[in-house]
Amino acid sequence: MIIKVENLHKSFGELEVLKGIDCEIAEREVVCVIGPSGSGKSTFLRCLNLLEGITSGKVIVNGHDLTDPKTDINKVRTEVGMVFQQFNLFPHMTALQNVTLAPVKGLGLPRDQVNQTALKLLEKVGLSDKAHVYPQNLSGGQMQRVAIARALAMNPRIMLFDEPTSALDPELVGEVLTVMKELAREGMTMVVVTHEMGFAREVADRVIFMDHGVIVEENTPQEIFTNPQNERTRAFLNMIL
Amino acid sequence: MVSGFNLDWGIAIYALPLLLGGIKLTIIITIAGLFFGFLLGAAAGLARTSKNKPLYGIATVYVEAIRGTPILVQALYLYFGVNQLLMQTINWKIESVPAGIIAIAINSGAYIAEIVRGAVQSIDKGQVEAGRSLGLSSFKTFYYVVWPQAFKRMIPPLGNQFIISLKDTSLFAFIAVGELLRQGQIVISATFAAFEIYTMVAVLYLAMTLSISTVLRFVEKRLDVS
Ligand SMILES: Nc1ncnc2c1ncn2[C@@H]1O[C@H](COP(=O)(O)OP(=O)(O)O)[C@@H](O)[C@H]1O
Ligand SMILES: [Mg+2]
Repeated sequence: MIIKVENLHKSFGELEVLKGIDCEIAEREVVCVIGPSGSGKSTFLRCLNLLEGITSGKVIVNGHDLTDPKTDINKVRTEVGMVFQQFNLFPHMTALQNVTLAPVKGLGLPRDQVNQTALKLLEKVGLSDKAHVYPQNLSGGQMQRVAIARALAMNPRIMLFDEPTSALDPELVGEVLTVMKELAREGMTMVVVTHEMGFAREVADRVIFMDHGVIVEENTPQEIFTNPQNERTRAFLNMIL
Repeated sequence: MVSGFNLDWGIAIYALPLLLGGIKLTIIITIAGLFFGFLLGAAAGLARTSKNKPLYGIATVYVEAIRGTPILVQALYLYFGVNQLLMQTINWKIESVPAGIIAIAINSGAYIAEIVRGAVQSIDKGQVEAGRSLGLSSFKTFYYVVWPQAFKRMIPPLGNQFIISLKDTSLFAFIAVGELLRQGQIVISATFAAFEIYTMVAVLYLAMTLSISTVLRFVEKRLDVS
């Protein structure tokens, strides 16, 4: 298991957002997390790379115990890529510079070698012609693809996606999902918070339904979408499908 | 010309070299003062964004104390007050020009601290999250991601501070700094041509501040800040 979560609790002050999450994710598995807004999906994802501190419980990611204070969190994060809803590209850097920053300045890899890898990654996400363009001159879909390339440049073992297409105009969603499907096909371990049920159905090995800070139900997409066991799951799916 | 109202612009020829000497000092004090003021302001501004309580406290006291008192009082305090203490204890005092530079540094530092704090805090926290999620340390994230973006936003208010500090140096006429205003006053005491000389002094200040704002507008356009 490349990710192991045991009885994870997370509170913001008085507000308990995650109320005991248990979950295991295998290598090469693609897991989609669905659920109503405010149910704790983002918080759960952000606990997996410690963008949120863990209140209690155990989280093991790629062999690192995240609750152990001795764990080098920067090292863990080089192994776990993250893609945000709002892209969060660095606006003062070109697409290529966005992709090369962390390998060069973080890992200390030689710039020439990193540039080559970065150009290949931009080509992979269909943006070889945009290497020297600044984010302000890219469409949302292009920005998100650069963000994916940027995360991949660290050669991560796991990729976390937090609603990667929610901020996109509908006609731009497809190009981002295409890149993600390709990634899944290559065997990347992926945890994807999404409202794209078509993507979940087609790509996910497993779908997790979260509500009010707990995992209510998890199953294959086939089972979840055609035969949901829990009342809350049914209500949610009825609402969005 | 109206009788009894004699303007003698020939005096300008005599005064100009003296006033230019004053300008030189005005510029030196402004630039040196702002250089140190920026270092001080950057440190204090970052301390004001820090979660470290003592660091935050010290920086806040500094910023409030300086912004809450007139720069003339600060300059007099340093040159006459602190110097008296220094003379009594170590028999040494800060000369007037260094005192002027220190006064500009300390004064502008407090305002620059707020400029730096505001600019740094205006950067979207998603930028920090993106940097950290790539495994960059908090220092590297700040250095490569936050600071360059924040610095760009600082340029217009820093330019404004440049103009304010340049004008503030005129107050150092009161602590015997031979800057532009003081040089003008010296010429007036010898010639009694108050109108002509004060006109020249004002025009020279205006020429300097307009030059700064012109350069600034050019830089802002080039960097596309705003
Ligand atoms: N930094 C924070 N401080 C306080 N409350 C937060 C913070 N982040 C999220 N929350 C709260 O936690 C709950 C779950 O949020 P989130 O994980 O973003 O849900 P989801 O991604 O499922 O919409 C929400 O009620 C939200 O307001
Ligand atoms: Mg969310």
